[in-house]
Amino acid sequence: MQRERVRAMLLVVPLLLFIGVTFLAPLGMMLLRSVHDPVVADALPETLGVLAEWDGEGLPPEAAYAAIARELTLAREERTLGQVAGRVNRVESGMRSLFTRTARGLPDVTAGPWRDVMVELDEAWAQPAVWNAVRATGQRFTARHYLNAVDMQRLPDGSVARQPEERRIYLALMWRTLWVSGAITLLCLMLGYPIAHLIAHSPPRRANLLLLLVLVPFWTSLLVRTTAWIVLLQTQGVLNDILVAIGLIGDDGRLTMIYNMTGTIVAMTHVLLPFMVLPLYSVMRAIPPRYMDAAASLGATPIQAFRRVYWPQTLPGVGAGSLLVFILAIGYYITPALVGGSSGQLISNMVAYHMQTSLNWGLAGALGGIMLAGVFVLYVLYDRLVGIERLSLS
Amino acid sequence: MTRRRESAARHSAWLGVTGRFGRYTGIRSGLPRLAALLVVACAGAFDEAKGQALTTVSWGGSYGRAVNEGINIPFTAETGIRINVEDYNGGLAQIRAQVDVGNIHWDVVDLEIADAVRGCDEGLLELIDISSLPPGPDGTPAEDDFVQDSQTECGVGAVYWSTVYAYNSENISGEKPATMADFFDLDRFPGRRGMRRVPQVNLEFALIADGVPLDEVYAVLDTPEGLNRAFRKLETIKDEVIWWEAGAQPPQMLADGEVVMSTAYNGRIFNAQVLENQPFVIVWDGQLLDVGQIGIVAGTPRLEAALQYVAFASRAESQAAVGRRISYSPTRQSGAPLVTTHVETGVEMAPHMPASPGNVDRALRYDWQWWVDNQDELNERFSAWLAR
Repeated sequence: MQRERVRAMLLVVPLLLFIGVTFLAPLGMMLLRSVHDPVVADALPETLGVLAEWDGEGLPPEAAYAAIARELTLAREERTLGQVAGRVNRVESGMRSLFTRTARGLPDVTAGPWRDVMVELDEAWAQPAVWNAVRATGQRFTARHYLNAVDMQRLPDGSVARQPEERRIYLALMWRTLWVSGAITLLCLMLGYPIAHLIAHSPPRRANLLLLLVLVPFWTSLLVRTTAWIVLLQTQGVLNDILVAIGLIGDDGRLTMIYNMTGTIVAMTHVLLPFMVLPLYSVMRAIPPRYMDAAASLGATPIQAFRRVYWPQTLPGVGAGSLLVFILAIGYYITPALVGGSSGQLISNMVAYHMQTSLNWGLAGALGGIMLAGVFVLYVLYDRLVGIERLSLS
Repeated sequence: MTRRRESAARHSAWLGVTGRFGRYTGIRSGLPRLAALLVVACAGAFDEAKGQALTTVSWGGSYGRAVNEGINIPFTAETGIRINVEDYNGGLAQIRAQVDVGNIHWDVVDLEIADAVRGCDEGLLELIDISSLPPGPDGTPAEDDFVQDSQTECGVGAVYWSTVYAYNSENISGEKPATMADFFDLDRFPGRRGMRRVPQVNLEFALIADGVPLDEVYAVLDTPEGLNRAFRKLETIKDEVIWWEAGAQPPQMLADGEVVMSTAYNGRIFNAQVLENQPFVIVWDGQLLDVGQIGIVAGTPRLEAALQYVAFASRAESQAAVGRRISYSPTRQSGAPLVTTHVETGVEMAPHMPASPGNVDRALRYDWQWWVDNQDELNERFSAWLAR
């Protein structure tokens, strides 16, 4: 028995390893990155040492200029300068070229006083803002990315304030992501429930056919399905053509149904619908039809019988489907990118931007961390309200 | 126990596989054989990676095809080095991931210039000495043959490409748009516009349309008032804009009549004009000229082959071979005269090239340095502006 169990465990080991390497480890690394950023601290240790004593007013002492001149030159030789400059640039725009330009000019200079040399190379070095930016990015562990992710910033004096209005973006996007995901979940439930019911209580042959109709789109490439919606919904598209042809709208009054929030919601509802139908279907199949007959024979109207007998039994499927669709919707990014236009963008599109283009993985990690925490809260709420043991995914 | 089995059966019924994998006989003896097969397959894959095959990464689509036919195939024919082609959509993320982990499977990458500079600063790309590149056909050393500013420390200039705006002449009757200001003029040219969903290019176009002289655009953008001015100008057409993301979208939207005009990469419009006979017209006024770069991923085990490839790709003949397949201009002075006609259709290339006289007269050079500094901040501002 013992040996059997060990052998059974051995079979699971590859899966556990796989999950650990491909899922848990990267997740942990991204979360660590969102609070831990040693690049500047490693590259400019002396400078930061001097700056620690500086009061943040006026200009730092000559020692700071001497230290940063030496360390910038070294960073350039080791080709880490770009990373350092990029980090500081995120706090204060313009720092990237200031750093690279200065480091390129420094090797021609042999002696101080370094303050005059650096200000000569670029007068920006005479501004306290530059030094505050260096000091701010020099912390190994920082809440900067999380503050940034909720549209806040730390001012030079250490206090926390909101971002200037034209840079506030993430909170608004998070709220939008939440309500859009909620709306999509609701739509999927409203559309998926009758379908699942129909399939579950059809004779086997018809049920198989119907199930195939749900599964074929599910197996079809996401891009194909999304592009199909573009063909259908665009201004010169199929749906508008039909509406014009039957005279419901004029040729110049064509509806805008894509490249906005409508497009995002329609396409995502379609893409995510199978994730609602399948759990519902499997739960409904297990409900004997006799129960409804029994309710009817005891005098219940069809609505009463549905509300008090059928619906409560499908709750595990409703919960599973809703949770699945909602969580997937929160992280969806390709569909809104293609059909969302400017008003249909979600938070995941910003995460993708920071991962791929700005390379600000710390901020991407913080945004992801906040969404992950949100999903956990949802999970706990679900557990409290419905009970996680009633969740049925198959 | 029974319940679990039931649910397993139900599960497999879903996928219609009951009975096919339901019985476990045979697997016990098959497993070692399968494992052996896998090991052999993996070993084969590793051999492939360590061998001479070079992986080059480009932008796919019509440009990727042009590079493949114009450079990759002749390169393999000349050197015998096989090439795996991969596509990507720009950015340094994948390169950084490979260099960080030390498992490099991309060798040569076609980069935007800002990424080539940033990647170089961050140590993600190999330094390339320009004097090691082959001289021009008439013996001019590479340093003098390349157009000035088309080289960076780690990147060799590949092509000049341009962001322009284009319209579908079937959808605009009467007067046709001719200047950048017309793109922003909803009174004279009503209808939807397509623009790329990034702050780059759009802010420049807005200022040009607002009457800022070409040589002052970046100076004006560098001031807070200038930025506000650009955003205000964009605001005037915001409600009519459809934002695109992939280079293939603008020609599609123009053909569908989804937009009356759209900003686009000039090569994509050219392809639609020539290969698909679309009645598109490019407006060259205020075009934003940018230079593409080829770089080598730092630490690649196939450095020698990669350098060979870069040298081959930088030849005037190679650049011209690309230019004869898609309308992107060579970065070598000696390359321009070699770009004669389109390989497939025989169309004269010169009128379609962004750097041809006439087209280039009202061109603005993309200031990647300014954007490297301001991108982070402006992207946040642009996204916030879009969402409002």
